[in-house]
Parts: sequence; C-alpha cells; structure tokens
Amino acid sequence: MSLRNYLDKIRPKFEEGGKLHAFKSVYDGFDSFLYVPSETSKSGASIHDAIDSKRIMSIVVIAVLPAMLFGMYNIGYQNAVYAGKLADATFWGMFFYGFLALLPNILVSYIVGLGIEFAWAQWKKEEIQEGYLVSGILIPLILPVTIPLWMLALAVAFSVIFAKEIFGGTGMNIFNPALVARAFLFFSYPSKMTGDISVWVSQKSICGLGFNVGQIPDGLTTATPLGQMAQGAAVPFNTDWVTGLIPGSVGETSIIAIAIGAVILLWCGIASWKTMLSVFVGGGVLGAIFNATGSLSLPWYDYLTLGGFAFGAVFMATDPVTSARTETGKWIYGFLIGAMAVIVRVLNAGYPEGMMLAILLGNMFAPLIDYCVVERNISKRANRLKNK
Amino acid sequence: MSLFSKQNKKVFTEPLNINNPIMVQVLGICSSLAVTSQLKPAIVMGLAVTIITAFSNVIISLIRNTIPNRIRIIVQLVVVAALVTIVSQILKAVAYDVSVQLSVYVGLIITNCILMGRLEAFAMTNKPWPSFLDGIGNGLGYAMILVIVGAFREFFGRGSLLGFQIIPKSVCDAGWNNGMMTMPAMALILLGCVIWIHRAYFVKDDK
Repeated sequence: MSLRNYLDKIRPKFEEGGKLHAFKSVYDGFDSFLYVPSETSKSGASIHDAIDSKRIMSIVVIAVLPAMLFGMYNIGYQNAVYAGKLADATFWGMFFYGFLALLPNILVSYIVGLGIEFAWAQWKKEEIQEGYLVSGILIPLILPVTIPLWMLALAVAFSVIFAKEIFGGTGMNIFNPALVARAFLFFSYPSKMTGDISVWVSQKSICGLGFNVGQIPDGLTTATPLGQMAQGAAVPFNTDWVTGLIPGSVGETSIIAIAIGAVILLWCGIASWKTMLSVFVGGGVLGAIFNATGSLSLPWYDYLTLGGFAFGAVFMATDPVTSARTETGKWIYGFLIGAMAVIVRVLNAGYPEGMMLAILLGNMFAPLIDYCVVERNISKRANRLKNK
Repeated sequence: MSLFSKQNKKVFTEPLNINNPIMVQVLGICSSLAVTSQLKPAIVMGLAVTIITAFSNVIISLIRNTIPNRIRIIVQLVVVAALVTIVSQILKAVAYDVSVQLSVYVGLIITNCILMGRLEAFAMTNKPWPSFLDGIGNGLGYAMILVIVGAFREFFGRGSLLGFQIIPKSVCDAGWNNGMMTMPAMALILLGCVIWIHRAYFVKDDK
C-alpha cells in the first residue's frame, strides 16, 4: 500500500516542531478518513466495533446520494420546463446542467465547513472530527439551488461555529447543524429562501447546457404546491409529488429517492425506524384531525409527500446526536416533530413549510424527553421493589 | 475617606469590566435583547438605567438605616418606581419617538435585576457617595454592552448607525441587510459572543 507508506513517511513533518505542524489537523483528518484512526483509547472500558462514527457518516452520505442525484436531474428538468423547452431537452443534458448548478453549492459548503473545522481543531489542539461530512452534503440539498454562494458560506460558517463547535464539536451539538444553517438563511434572507420560481428554479444556462429562462408564462409563477396552499389555493394531488418533478429545495422533492435512502439507513441499522415511523404517524394524525375539522383541504397522506417532510423525517429527525436516545423517547420525539410540522404548515400562513422549525423544536426537547423517560423507569423500578 | 480613594475607584471601575452586570453577573438580559435592534434606543435605554440606578442607590443609601428590614424590598420598589415614572415622563416629553420604540421596556426598568441587585447588595450597606459611584458604574457597564450589541445589530441588520445610512442602499438590497440581526435571537448570540471574548481576554482565574 504505497499510499499508506507515503502517509507514514510524511507524518514527522506534521508532528510538533515539524515544518508543516500548522496543518496537523488536516493531515490527521485525511489519514483517518482514508484508513482507520491511528489512535485508539488506551485505558478504561471501550466497546470495539467495526462501525465507528466515520463509517456511520459515510453510510448516511451514501444514503443521501439517490436524493442528490435525482435533485440534480430535477434542477435541469425544472429549468427546461420553465424555459418551455422540455421537448428539446435530453436526459443527460438536464442531469449535467443540474450537476453543474449544484456543484458550486456542494463545494462551498464543504470547503467553508471543513475549513472551519480544521482550523478549530488546530487552534484547540484537538483531534479532527469528521462530523461535517454529512452536514456538508445535507446543507446544499435542503436549500434552493439559486442560493447565492456567499450566503451559503455565511450560513455554513454560522452553523459550524454556533450550532456545533461552541457546544464541543461533533456529537455534542443540541441542534442539527444543517437545519441551523437553513434556519439562519430562512430568517436572515427570507426573499432568497421562499417565494416564486425565481427562488426555486435555476434560470441561467451554464456552459452551454440548460436554457435561459425568459418570460415566465402566467399561471406558472407560484412555484411550490405548499406555497400555493399557503395562499389558500386548492391544489389537486399530482403523481409528480411522489416522483419529485416539482420545484423545491434540491434534495427534498422526490419521495422515491428518499425512500431508497431510508431503506439503506434502516438496513444498515444507522437510523432508528421508531423515530422515522413516528414522524410520519405524527404528521398523519394531525393531518387527519385538521382534515376532519375542515381546516385542511387535502387528505392527510398528501401532506406527508410535500415539501421537506419526508426528507426531514428520514435524514434529519433520525440524526443520532440530536434525537432522543431512549426507545420510548424516540416515539414521543418523532411524533412531536411530525405533529408540529403539520401544525406550523396549517395554522401559520407565514410559514408554508414547518418541517425545519419542527425538527429544531424536537431537538430542543429531546434531552427533556429522555430525562422524563429515564426518571419514569427509575421510579417504576423503585415501586416494584417497594411492593414486593 | 476621600472622594476618589482607591476603594471608590474600584467600586466605579469593577462593574465596567470584571464585575460587569451583563457579561459576568448575567443580569438584565431581557431588556438588552429587546431594545438593541437599533443603536439609538440602546443608548437611551442605557442612559435611563444609569440615571435610575445611580439615584435610587443614593436615595436608598440615605434612608438605609430607617428602612425596617422586613419591608425593604417594597421600599426599594417604591423608590425605583417613582424614578422610572419620572424618567418615562421626561422621555415622552423630550424624545417621543424613542420612547415609542422602547415601549414597555422603560416601565420594565422597575423589574430590572441590576437595580434590585445593586440596592440589595450595595446601597443597603454603604454610604451615599460610594453608592452613587456604584450605580453609575453598573449603569454604564450595562449601557456599554447595549451600545456594542446595538451597533452591531443596526450596522449588519440595516446598514446604518444611529439612523444614518452608512452602507449604500443598493448594497443593502443586494443582501447586506441580515434579517436575523434584527431579531432578538441574534441579540442573544451576539451577547454570547461578547461574553465569550470578554472571558477569553479578561477573566483569567477560573480556568
């Protein structure tokens, strides 16, 4: 393994006193990303398992890939639809257009986020942690593709510093960093985050691919179904909501692509099926209640296919760091998120989409839920002992 | 004891730095989040609290030996409430716009923890002159943080300072104006940053 040998050969340069000591955390990061971490715990009890946090992250990234690839195709597809040239567009043309449109976002997200993590680790003389691998891919996927790059960079910097590092880094954060980045943009620059298709659809041709969208035909100007519903319009169910050929944030549109990701996560045992299921149950129950009382025109199941609900339930709510950890707690936590998402959507006309706020709220309550579950268990056992 | 003895100087300067009511004691957070979306109300609020803290400290210090111990909180509240009412009326007469912007927060100075804290901890056991210095020091310590946070929030949230547009309008519309900065949530984060920097540079002993 020549790469292994090469890494070993250059190691002394990065040690204390070496020429490149300032980049030690970068070296460590790449070393443990490519191989297994070089340092293991030397004392105390440790559980040894082939799966460490880095492998978990890698599997989540793999699970997100279907949604990302479909998102790329959808960017090109929406561009062609709104340019009125769907007949001229080819599959690969649309895909590569979307690829080129999304690539800068992903690069900026990773460069800024990992840059801050590396710098922080170096500053604090800590081991580098790869926690940003997942957030880095999730952030571009939950934003509109047209988001200006400097805003993206600012949001990434904000979330890495204020949602993660000040709590102590990977594994210590209370809130999901990707959602904090989205919330920051949502409240800071609302005009770039919600609105008509100038936000949701990429409109410029890139490297000869795609089309320049000129005048948008009337009746097509309001973009997302949720946006239309917030304005009180009745929107009939459409199979595009499931396949994902609708405008929206990059990765969240296709239920099918997200379902593939969900299967990967559940099959590998990364995500908890209890959390995932109870989010949908919570959303469905509240949707059914609102539908029965007449404040919701759609059947409940439509609500679960729209917006970021499915993406949030599969990739965000199940984040093992920020979700509840007790088994009973997972049910309560998931139900709270699903229910809150629908409540925000239906009752607050200002926010057509409530998944982001619901998950952040759920994150906040997760420790409390865990505490109550644990305390209840303790008192139950104490009673059992007393009544013997 | 001379007017500006070493001890009196310490009473005045400590609240500005290592015993700051906001940064170290973490008091008066509510109003410092609410009134700092622009610089002007922040300055007015800071001055109002400084004046009220100073004079209520002096008054309580003057009558401290006659206040029955069991009802001292009520007596303190009456003094503070009277001063707050006076300041509030003056603000309405002189600077009506600012008093509208500050809305209930001028009235809420009555319940400001900094005031009650200083009365209980300092004025009840000290002579009027040190109490006056202590009130001025704590009020200015509070005002200082309000001005820092208010300046940041107005500059990055609206591109202006004290109402004067500093960043050109076109740049503001292109995305300089950060909506989050005008919200209290960001004030809390900025306040956290101020405390972070202050602890990193001035508080050495609790590492």
